[in-house]
Parts: sequence; structure tokens; C-alpha cells
Amino acid sequence: MKTSRVSSANPLVMLWNSVIGKKIVMAVTGAVLVLFVIAHMLGNLKVYGGQQTMNAYARFLREMGWPILGHEEGLWAVRIILLVCVVLHVTAATQLTRLSWQARPQEYHEWKGLASTFASRTMRWGGVLLLVFIVFHILHMTFGVVGFSPGQFKHLAVYQNVVAGFSVWPVSLFYIVAMVALGLHLDHGIWSAIQTLGFNSGRNEHVLKLVSRAIAVIVVLGFISVPVSVMVGWVR
Amino acid sequence: MKFTLRIWRQKSREAPGKFVTYQVDGITPDMSFLEMLDVLNEELLARGEDPVAFEHDCREGICGSCGFLINGLAHGGRRGTTVCQLSMRFFKDGETLTLEPWRARAFPVVRDLIVDRSAFDRIIQAGGFISAPVGSAPDANAILVPKDIADTAFEAAACIGCGACVAACPNASAMLFTAAKLVHLNVLPQGQPQRYQRTLNMVAAMEAEGFGSCTNHGECAAVCPKEIPLEFIGRMNRDLRRAIFRRRFERWRDATQ
Repeated sequence: MKTSRVSSANPLVMLWNSVIGKKIVMAVTGAVLVLFVIAHMLGNLKVYGGQQTMNAYARFLREMGWPILGHEEGLWAVRIILLVCVVLHVTAATQLTRLSWQARPQEYHEWKGLASTFASRTMRWGGVLLLVFIVFHILHMTFGVVGFSPGQFKHLAVYQNVVAGFSVWPVSLFYIVAMVALGLHLDHGIWSAIQTLGFNSGRNEHVLKLVSRAIAVIVVLGFISVPVSVMVGWVR
Repeated sequence: MKFTLRIWRQKSREAPGKFVTYQVDGITPDMSFLEMLDVLNEELLARGEDPVAFEHDCREGICGSCGFLINGLAHGGRRGTTVCQLSMRFFKDGETLTLEPWRARAFPVVRDLIVDRSAFDRIIQAGGFISAPVGSAPDANAILVPKDIADTAFEAAACIGCGACVAACPNASAMLFTAAKLVHLNVLPQGQPQRYQRTLNMVAAMEAEGFGSCTNHGECAAVCPKEIPLEFIGRMNRDLRRAIFRRRFERWRDATQ
């Protein structure tokens, strides 16, 4: 057996050093990210309220928590929490994936699944796609350094940026593909997090899977509706 | 009935293995899968060839000795059934059947379809003891166990340790097995004194054996001949989380070193 795997008496370190503990970390950080994704999707729907509503919402996000918090303080707090969650989620996923690959050095010549789904089998590579998308998306819609012609992106003019950004069809297509990947990730991920945290009682398993799928479908439809609306010309 | 069998043949742990094709004839529909293999082995012996090695003992589905993949499904994929209880009537006459041993780093092949499952024994060993009093047998009603708890414990205790969960898991994870062993004792009043210590020790032993990490596909529960539910993995996780945050670090450190 390995020695000194647990060098600290800190329960969080113990959690991180255990395979099940890392799964619990993934479930908790995943839950935070799911809540963010739902809020983000609802925020995006402001685009249907028109230019004023959308841009006012963008300014509100920078003044969240005022007067207790100053300009952009709340926003940065959220950003830091999200970044920490993404880093922990991805690091744990990478380590656990490597462990699982090592656990079966010789593959089966024939293997059939009875219970796994397309969503559950695409968690890993779908997750990689989502990570690539997140980097692109921040460079695109937050910094405006990719996908825009020079001078086209304007800070805080979110409505105009959304319309200009999604008018480029390869960008919209990539966005839609990434959102489908997100949907698959959520379909298995939400249920999986609940199971890992021990809230599956067996009897409610069916309902938990259904709720997980419902959230995934609603989130994906909400996100995809924006580029589709821009390309069809409903939002301009 | 007539079958074409593609069977994984491997002389020893280090020797390279390969599939060898055999024909069997004169199989009756009510023969079990292992009896079909007995027929094949009789023929192989008569021809002076090595018989196919497979593990078996009770042939009643309760010992946990038998098990291999048939056409990519652990125990043949029939719900709640071990290969010894699987009748040949479940297959089509003339079908080609591929037989492959459990594959996992923690389950090295011993010979042909037999794998070494001592890793499971070491996980059970790590569980230690329960503090049951010795001496004359206590009255049956001295410790009251609620019906639902007794049912859950019984459901978990049904695990025969055949290894199908590890074999079917895309991650070669042993979490359903370990969870069954833990839930069995952790829900009963007799298992309470050592509950969290046992959880830490058994999980540490499981992780030390080189099994993979569960991603909740549910393949394990789908092939389990004793139908251990996936839910038990969540119960194990919950007990581990409690054990860690209840600061029982020394036990964990001892177990992992």
C-alpha cells in the first residue's frame, strides 16, 4: 500500500485524497456550476426584453450586493467561486479518469451496456468539449477578442454584442453544439451528483433521473434559443 | 441444441491469451451454462486436450464462485442470474457465444475463465469485527431491528462477491461490492460501534487494490445476480463523508499506510 497518502488531519485534505472523496468534491462543485448555468440561462432570456432590459441587467450584475458590496465586487466573488469550482471539478475528473483507465489495462473484446446511457458514456469527452467552449466563450462574449471584427465589440453593450456575435454562423453552430454537450453532461451529471451525495433512496431514483433530464432540456433550449433567434432574425 | 463457442484460453497469469473456437452438440435446453461447458470439457479430455478452466462450486447461485462474460454481458446479462443458473434455453440454437473472463487490474487471470478475486477478500478483511458478546446466545428479541432496516441489511447481505459488478463497470470499480458489504453491517444496531471506523478501513482497502472510480452508469446493479441496488453506493459515500468529518483520522491513516 502507498504510504503518507494522508499527511494532514484536515478533513478536506482527507476528502481529496480519497477516490470517493474526489467524487464528492465533483458532485458539490458540479452542483454549484449547475446553479450558475441555470441562472446564466435565465439571464440570457433578458435578450427578449429588448436592448434596454438586457443592458440594464448587465449593469446590475456589476452592482450586485450594493451598498454592502462595491462596484463589481459581487461579480468578482462569483467569478472566483466559479473558477475554483471549475478547477476542482476538472482536476478531480482528470485524476479519476486516469485511475479508471488504469484499472482495466486489457479491454474486453466484446462488451455490452445494459444501464449506461449515451450521456453517461460521453461525460469525459463531453466535459473536455465544454472546457474548450468555456475558454472560447469568455474570450468571445466577455473579452471580445475572438469572433468579432476590430472595434465591433463594445463593453457592457451586451445586446449589440450578442446580435453581432451570433450573426457569424460558425460561432453560433459551435455554441449550439457545445450546448447540446452541456445538456448531455447535465442529464447524467445532475442525477449522478445526487446519487454520489447519497440522496438516492432507490424508490426515488426514477424521479431523480426525470428531474435531471428536465433541467437539462430546459437549460439547453433556453441557451440555444438565443443564437437561433439572432440567426432567424427575431432578435436584431 | 448446437453452439459455436469462442472461449478465452490463457495458460497462466503471464502467458498471452487468445480466443479458441469450439463446437458443441447434443445440448439440451434445460442444461445450465456450466453443464454445457462440462459437455465440452468431456469431449476435450477424450481428445487429450486441456479442458477449459472455469470456477464453480455450489451451482445454485449462492456461492459466488462462477462468472464470466457471455457475449459481452457478465453472467450472460439475465436479470438476477449467475451463469450456473443460466439455462441454455435462453440462447438460440446454433448461436455463437463468446466467453471472456472478468477483466480488471485487480482481478488478474489465473487460467482461462478463472480470475483471482483475492482483492475482495482483503476488502472484507479490512472491515474487522463487530462487537458481538460471546457466551450463551442472547434472546432473539434482545436487540430490536426495525423491519425496513432488517430488509435493507438482508438485501445487502445477499452479495455473493462474484465480481460481476467490477467486470461490467466501464471503470472497473468495486464500489457496489464494497457498498454492499458496508451497508450490510452499517444499518444494523450490531454494526453501530465500529460503523465509521469500518467504513474508513474498507474504503481505504478498496482504493489500495487499484479498482477504478464509479461514474454512476449503473451497469454493476444491472448485472448483479443478487440485484444489489446502486443506491447502496450513495449510502457508502454518505458514511465515508460522515466518517471523515467526524475526525477519525488516525484509523484512516493507519489503514492507508
